[in-house]
Amino acid sequence: MAAIDNSWATKGGLGWIATTFWVLLAVGPLAGFFTQDPSFEYYMFMGQSMLINTIAILGLNLLIGFNGQISLGHSAFFAIGAYTTAILMNFAGWPYYATIPVAAIICFGAGFLFGFPALKLEGHYLALATFTLAIAVPQLLKYKAIAGWTGGVGGLILDKPDAPEFTRLGTDQYLYYLCLILAMLSFWIVRNMLRGRSGRAMMAIRDHAMAAGTMGIDTAKYKTLTFGVSAGITGVGGALSAITVAYVAPDSFTLQLAVSFLVGLVVGGIASLPGCLVGGAFIVLIQNSSQSISDWMKVTFSLRYDVPAWAIYGILLILLMYFMPRGIMGGIETLWLKLTHRKETQA
Amino acid sequence: MKLARRSALLGAGLTILSREGRAEKKYGPGVTDTEIKVGQTQPYSGNASAYGVAGRNQAAYFRMINETQGGVNGRKINLISLDDGYSPPKTVELVRQLVERDQVFCLFYTLGTQTNTAIHKYVNQKKIPHLIVASGASKWGNPKQFPWTMGWQPDYHTEGLIYAKHLLATNKSPKIGILRQNDDMGNDYVEGFHEGLTETLKKFIVSDVTYEATDPTVDSQILQMRNAGADVIFNVTTPKFAAQAIKKIAEIGWKPTHYLVSVAASVGAVMRPAGVENGQGILTAQYLKDVTDPRWDDFPDVKEWRAFMAKWNPTANVLEGSNASSYAAAYAFVRILKSCGDELTRENLMRQAANIKNMEVPLMLPGIKVNTSPDNFYPLQSMQLARFEGDHWVLFGDMLSRHKG
Repeated sequence: MAAIDNSWATKGGLGWIATTFWVLLAVGPLAGFFTQDPSFEYYMFMGQSMLINTIAILGLNLLIGFNGQISLGHSAFFAIGAYTTAILMNFAGWPYYATIPVAAIICFGAGFLFGFPALKLEGHYLALATFTLAIAVPQLLKYKAIAGWTGGVGGLILDKPDAPEFTRLGTDQYLYYLCLILAMLSFWIVRNMLRGRSGRAMMAIRDHAMAAGTMGIDTAKYKTLTFGVSAGITGVGGALSAITVAYVAPDSFTLQLAVSFLVGLVVGGIASLPGCLVGGAFIVLIQNSSQSISDWMKVTFSLRYDVPAWAIYGILLILLMYFMPRGIMGGIETLWLKLTHRKETQA
Repeated sequence: MKLARRSALLGAGLTILSREGRAEKKYGPGVTDTEIKVGQTQPYSGNASAYGVAGRNQAAYFRMINETQGGVNGRKINLISLDDGYSPPKTVELVRQLVERDQVFCLFYTLGTQTNTAIHKYVNQKKIPHLIVASGASKWGNPKQFPWTMGWQPDYHTEGLIYAKHLLATNKSPKIGILRQNDDMGNDYVEGFHEGLTETLKKFIVSDVTYEATDPTVDSQILQMRNAGADVIFNVTTPKFAAQAIKKIAEIGWKPTHYLVSVAASVGAVMRPAGVENGQGILTAQYLKDVTDPRWDDFPDVKEWRAFMAKWNPTANVLEGSNASSYAAAYAFVRILKSCGDELTRENLMRQAANIKNMEVPLMLPGIKVNTSPDNFYPLQSMQLARFEGDHWVLFGDMLSRHKG
């Protein structure tokens, strides 16, 4: 993993590009006050999904990108977050906003605890162990003894919250801002963590665990803590997904979800914070457009058979990895370096 | 005088024109003079991708309608069928895309219980017709709370109840073993079965075992049920596991009374692979003709279906039951659209869907007709019991149902 550079974690200041980006994300939805486009609310919903995926990927990135622990099981923490929110809203009558911190804490706890057995495992062994989490959780949610709380296979239906009167926002516009604020908060927390001592410790463990231990870093503590924080952030994503979709069910949290987080992470760029945003958008946009491409191919070339959309998705992924092995953000960075420091790179 | 007559004529002409204009041009969103946009979500990928054949078959059916009949009353059906991978959040996203961005007229045959549950509230708030839902759950027939959603097939709950009633009528003290898939289908069937047994007679159940759709076999579950002393099996499985179970039961020389749910009662996909001699006497309930059963081959609707499959969907496997059920559903949908005439509003579509009188649909068992009314949103509610004899199902008894129309 030596190829990873830590520029995004260690660079000082927010950077004007990042600032503009966040401002754009915040200002964009205000268009809703002027537009009459009936699909506006749908785009807001897409925005929510992207931000939710972004948060989940951010959690995963902290673990994989900055701490070198591979997890294929983050769909499990996403599910725990979602179910925490759903159960609190449904049975305890809590308001949606109060459930989010609880979801974060519970997921932190779950992740922290899982971090202990994970200490004994490394690389692909850890990947396999977390893989079992992703497989077990949807089945555990159906388990009879807790089906009264989880709703079993039928899941739980929630009430979608309305925007508070004073904001004068539409429901989806409001939920978008809720997601955006929590995404910014998560990014802020992660960024501060990475810049400090703990961040350096985490990255040192990733680069060479034994060397890090020799230098006096408590590797066990940092590894379990990172696992906990990572799970907690992903859990916030899960909580938001329960609120925005207004329904949770075991089928929502299959292995496929865990894989799509991983794909989003790799596509966006491992160990890149803006890469999480790119990855979140990628998951939502590309899965939808690969089907459009498939339909378009069928019509344009008047094929007799369907072109499988997932094959196109796969080909897109392969092409991307071939041309941008470090993900989209990594690719952009390389390009930027080539353009600005042409002489140095050639030398 | 002349002028007055002319203006009177003109006036009369205008009123006729405008009246005709009113009758002709009453369109809801997604409808034009040439097109009706229909939305659908299907699991083309993911765990349940086997069900995705339904969406492909219906796309083929509408292509046939568009090309041979010029569509419905001159308007071509534009089916936008999207892949939700059987994941409820994805379904919500795609249905919102269909409704808000693509502006579809209605939803048709969206597949899956959890996926449809996720959009149930939304489509009813938005007043989008959500017709012929492809799920056997019983919650789709609730016009009071959800006036825009209507189911289709006889629900699993009712079917489970039918078996329990039949069992109690024929066996005074059965020892029941239940084998079920651990998902919503399994639960629905067993709930209906429980309701039929009533609370006090539930003690007859001596063993209730589950398996996961991803398990390799159900052999150990079969042994478990036999060891619990069961003499009746309620077999709630999908085709692959049903065939395994029937084979295993014969192998160990066990002879329980065997109820097999309709979703797994295909001659071609289950009974023949399991060995017809092992399947003798098994009981099931049906509403569709089993097209893999050669006995129905000479019926005109089956012939027509075969011709359709050969010409319009030649790559599909005709042994897959979805190809028959989705065809019947698409036929009924086209009939409902036709009955709307030129008033293609969402309200009128629901009105037509809720006023079906004795519609005959191809591939249904003889005697089964589709009926709905404003307070009955269960289009199909009758099933008939059948016993496996020789190499096919032999129907017996009356048409059975739970919901009274």
